[in-house]
Amino acid sequence: MYDVLVLGGGNAALCAAITARRAGSSVRLLECAPRHFRGGNSRHTRNLRCMHDGPADVLTGAYREEDYWQDLLNVTGGETDERLARMTIRHTATCRDWMVRHGVRFQSSLGGTLHLSRTNAFFLGGGKALVNAYYRAAEALGVEIDYDTAVIDLHIKDRRFSSAIVVRDGVEHEIRARSVVAAAGGFESNLAWLKEAWGPMADNFLIRGTPYNTGRVLRILLDNGAKSIGDPAQGHCVAIDARSPKFDGGICTRVDCISLGIVVNENALRFHDEGEDFWPKRYAIWGRLVAEQPNQIGFAIIDARAMGKFIPPMFPPIKAGSIPELAVALKLDAAVLEATLARFNAAVRPGNFDHSVLDDCRTEGLSPPKTHWARAIETPPFFAYPLRPGITFTYLGVAVDERARMILQDARPAHNIFAAGEIMAGNVLGKGYIAGIGMAIGTAFGRIAGEEAARHVVA
Amino acid sequence: MSSLESIPVELVDEGRRMASICNACRYCEGYCAVFPALERRLSFAEGDLAYLANLCHSCGSCYYACQYAPPHEFQLNFPKMLAQIRGATYRRYAWPGALARAFERNGLVVSLVMAVSLALFLLVTTFAIDRSVFFAPHPDREGSFYAVIPHAVMAYAFGAIFLLATLALFIGAARFWRDTEEEARDFLKPGPFGNSLADALELKYLRGGGEGCTYPDEKPSHLRRWFHHFTFYGFVLCFAATCIATIYHYVFGWRAPYPFLSLPVLLGTVGGVGLLIGCAGLLWLKEIRDRTLHDSAQTGMDVGFLALLLLVGVTGLMLLALRETAAMGALLAAHLAVVMALFITLPYGKFVHAVYRFAALVRYHLERKRPLPEMGTE
Repeated sequence: MYDVLVLGGGNAALCAAITARRAGSSVRLLECAPRHFRGGNSRHTRNLRCMHDGPADVLTGAYREEDYWQDLLNVTGGETDERLARMTIRHTATCRDWMVRHGVRFQSSLGGTLHLSRTNAFFLGGGKALVNAYYRAAEALGVEIDYDTAVIDLHIKDRRFSSAIVVRDGVEHEIRARSVVAAAGGFESNLAWLKEAWGPMADNFLIRGTPYNTGRVLRILLDNGAKSIGDPAQGHCVAIDARSPKFDGGICTRVDCISLGIVVNENALRFHDEGEDFWPKRYAIWGRLVAEQPNQIGFAIIDARAMGKFIPPMFPPIKAGSIPELAVALKLDAAVLEATLARFNAAVRPGNFDHSVLDDCRTEGLSPPKTHWARAIETPPFFAYPLRPGITFTYLGVAVDERARMILQDARPAHNIFAAGEIMAGNVLGKGYIAGIGMAIGTAFGRIAGEEAARHVVA
Repeated sequence: MSSLESIPVELVDEGRRMASICNACRYCEGYCAVFPALERRLSFAEGDLAYLANLCHSCGSCYYACQYAPPHEFQLNFPKMLAQIRGATYRRYAWPGALARAFERNGLVVSLVMAVSLALFLLVTTFAIDRSVFFAPHPDREGSFYAVIPHAVMAYAFGAIFLLATLALFIGAARFWRDTEEEARDFLKPGPFGNSLADALELKYLRGGGEGCTYPDEKPSHLRRWFHHFTFYGFVLCFAATCIATIYHYVFGWRAPYPFLSLPVLLGTVGGVGLLIGCAGLLWLKEIRDRTLHDSAQTGMDVGFLALLLLVGVTGLMLLALRETAAMGALLAAHLAVVMALFITLPYGKFVHAVYRFAALVRYHLERKRPLPEMGTE
């Protein structure tokens, strides 16, 4: 019998486990991944969006509660719970000390991410380094940790959790605990569930994160009467290199040249304004845009002038001396691609190209237009990067209250079931994305859940 | 690149593959100089990889933090790949080129040089010197060492080998520098040179994220940095002792052995103890080092160099302790043999890392002053 059982092994789970253990509880943490792949999607993260009223260690300027809240409101289009959101935001103003005490180290914003230097504190070494530090801290405090241990059922009756059924090495065990923290992530690596939510197009999705977020715990909680939150067909989905692995490609599968060129679908036709806004503000819409194209594939095309003006992707570009050659290499209709390029080039108005501002290089009389950074694509060699939708995380989760207690369908909170991290992130982020918000939610609710779970045991 | 021995093409390909992943990821930027240097590049030529490889300390911080480290399908073991390339650069820059092969089975080479050196010194001393002198207890008086080995023999033999070793190291450094395509004169630019010296003297990049680097395992620790300090400063003190003794001899005409509280003996004693602690510590850490990060083809080279340094310390201190006894003759021969083996293998063993690492740091500081390539934002 444990005081607190933590389901999951990423940032939120570790924050909960450490906090509960520090409060004197006996804690056991169940991670379904093997040790090498521990940490869920936290191992792919890199920063925490932080509220601060003035320059603070690695953060420049000020990013006040109101700025943060407005940014969140903007991207979610109101699909957020203001009380929980503001709690999260305020938490980020003070949690860095706690993180540092448990081994996390920060660094200033990385090369190519200056636009985040005010808002986001980067983890030295990235999310896996953070996860490693938390595991070390948890082990030192005496948290019992199991890897390769999958939760297959939870005993919940009258709003009260009593035990978890887990499988390890093919053998079932029952683990009893006085309270439970569900921090086991979303369902983005469950291909069948994705297909159920998104339809057949999901077959062509790539999963940027861990293959272990199959949503098992989420499903069990929903089946046991948890109130759901977030649209199952919503997820953070960006356009990544189509040559990326099915799972776990992480950050380096990104392609950052879209605003410097054009994007065509498999019919060799453009389908969206590539120069709508600054790339950091727009990259998150391209996953869905590509997902809506036939066979969920797109091709970003640039010429020699744009080469080297963006963060070099891990995969080499497909290169050709002429547009027809490029079409052959991409298996596109050469005549149509040439016509698309010709139309685009003819529509480009003269302007002063400047990638660092919303410049006046745009097309005229073209549909869809390219409203900024439009330059004729005419200088060989030409380069292309194939694109696919890459799912980062899903929004569907369980509803919680400000004490991280899971809410049931009758709107009453469970007695001893708490939720933290991606499994409840939809409460704060029901739609859209801003960098570093996932870790903010995980850290805030992880610590709250750990504290409340420990308090429940004492009470 | 030039006519020098190429880095094996499969290593270069693997290096390019990995560096491209790192360049797209950039999470490790804060750990050391390697990643900021890498991010200045869009593509990676053989010379770029040679440079990055010699900037790397193999501390492992990036490996443990890497989301793509094995068993991930990208199989990104960046420090191990850089270690392999580093090994290839040691061969590439070796002078004379024919001796590059000494790096291939370096442990064996160092052992053989050591054995031959020891045999020669013992043979020469025992045969050339009157046995009654060699095995007699030696009153601790000026010139007693030179009764066993004449000063001229010592000075000329060591002077010649030292000059040769210095020349070989210098040519190696010049070859490394030429590969970087930097101007020769820029090597001595005071700013970058001074910054590199400061980095090297404090082992800045063995600090990891501030709490030490992940050596010997994934827990950050300052042990390696401290043991390296003991080794390096121990070596420097021993070298200083030798230089001062040379001055004593030639300038003042004072002949060794010197009193226990004289400057050369004090420096040598402290330096010798430093070598003992440092080398033993580094050998121990190497023994328990996480094998996944280590290029096992280089174990012989690493251990050989450390063992030689350790023996320099051990024999030197024993000689000091027993210099008035009948063991002095044999111990002096042994100590000189070890020092000679160390000097001979200096340009053909792990010592070269000091030269290439330092040159790589100078280049890093030169590059830092230049504008970053315009790469937009992600």
